[in-house]
Amino acid sequence: MDKTNENEKIEFDLILQAIYQKYGFDFRNYSKASIRRRIRYRLNQSNLKTISEMQHKLLYDRQFFGSLLLDLTINVTEMFRDPSFFKTLRKAVIPELKKQPFIKVWHAGCASGEEVYSTAILLKEEGLYESSLIYATDANDVVLDKAKSGIFSIDKMKDYTINYRKAGGLASFSDYYTARYDHAIMDNSLKKNIVFSNHNLVTDSVFGEMDIVMCRNVLIYFNRELQDRVFKLFRDSLRLGAFLCLGSKETVRFSSYSDNFENVAENEKIYRKNGECL
Amino acid sequence: MNNTEMTQKSNNDYITNNHKYKVIVIGVSTGGIKALKTILSVLPSKFELSVIIVMHRHKDADGYLEQLLDNECKMRVKQADEKEEITAGVVYVAPPNYHLLIEDDGVFSMSVEGAVNYARPSVDVVFESAAEVYGKGLIGVVLTGANKDGSQGLKIIKEAGGLAIVQKPETSEVSDMPRAAIAAVKPDYVLPLEKIGPLLRKLESNG
Repeated sequence: MDKTNENEKIEFDLILQAIYQKYGFDFRNYSKASIRRRIRYRLNQSNLKTISEMQHKLLYDRQFFGSLLLDLTINVTEMFRDPSFFKTLRKAVIPELKKQPFIKVWHAGCASGEEVYSTAILLKEEGLYESSLIYATDANDVVLDKAKSGIFSIDKMKDYTINYRKAGGLASFSDYYTARYDHAIMDNSLKKNIVFSNHNLVTDSVFGEMDIVMCRNVLIYFNRELQDRVFKLFRDSLRLGAFLCLGSKETVRFSSYSDNFENVAENEKIYRKNGECL
Repeated sequence: MNNTEMTQKSNNDYITNNHKYKVIVIGVSTGGIKALKTILSVLPSKFELSVIIVMHRHKDADGYLEQLLDNECKMRVKQADEKEEITAGVVYVAPPNYHLLIEDDGVFSMSVEGAVNYARPSVDVVFESAAEVYGKGLIGVVLTGANKDGSQGLKIIKEAGGLAIVQKPETSEVSDMPRAAIAAVKPDYVLPLEKIGPLLRKLESNG
């Protein structure tokens, strides 16, 4: 058992190395437990017997790599996930943004874009959308295309409506989409100030002078070292006094950049970049 | 509500802990609060194992469960934090709406991948992950619940050399989860609730 375990761990490391060298996606500093779980899942879905066989397959079969990539980048998200977060964003952050002539928002690791549209709705209801630009980025083009399309499953809308209400939504959630067959198509007026583009937090560099960076439930997949890299990236992308929003189980507090941020709402993981910029 | 507070003790505590078992993972669903109180209240404040609990609950649940158990137990009870080191003598509760995983170096990690067995956190996910890290140093416990979550995970714990304990179905508020576990794997112990806590104490001292 222990030998198998040891060999399997080597196989996992080799597969990540192969992905990096062949395709440039660097998962080597991801939290291992989740990555192994995802690779095992893909193995079970395929007719391959071992991880080493899978390594061979992914080197020679780009399409197979595409499906593995979708597994490795967890793209599960929802609109107004953690309603209390969006409620606090409206209460504590929006008044500060209203002082600005123009607002730049970066949704880093936006996956299929549900939270991007949530932010767009919030900005619209607060009268800030017309003076805002939202950058929505992800490393995976497949999910980015989905985000761009703004088409979601109608089945989810019931849950999203509940989230929206709990988040302090001012209108009726159905005002923001058109139902067509089993799809909900987000309103075009929400899309016009969103720029979707490919950006990899592991390997790419800063986005300048942001007023808010939202990166929720992305850092949980990274090890401490990679988390530090991304916190530095965020610090350098935010103007002084700008906001950083993380997922409910993520914190800047145990990172090397803790001193660069002060709490706005620690419970909701909303921080603000302070004056010391080293 | 000190969810983000880090524990001060280091993982090296395990090196001086000569006991066979290091960690107890408990999976529970419907009827969980009462069951957990019964078991945990028996454990002493300086219990030498870590306890990790996965209980199915609402995705927007606040820290009520952690607070309640902390008040009722001698051991410290807290919600597991991302990349937090797992320390002896502490009870960790999986946060709502995340899967809980354990890394090789004995820290927690999390995932928001889809529900497993209709649950996030899922008992199977944490059981499997813990079995991979702790092997024969792990005790898995499946308690009351209306689901089959935990049965596959308990099987993996056994296969990795760990110990399997299941609440006696007849004494469970809802017996589906214990029954599914017993159907999937032959447990080392099938016991009524009141006997599980004392057994864990015994396993601590002569495990």
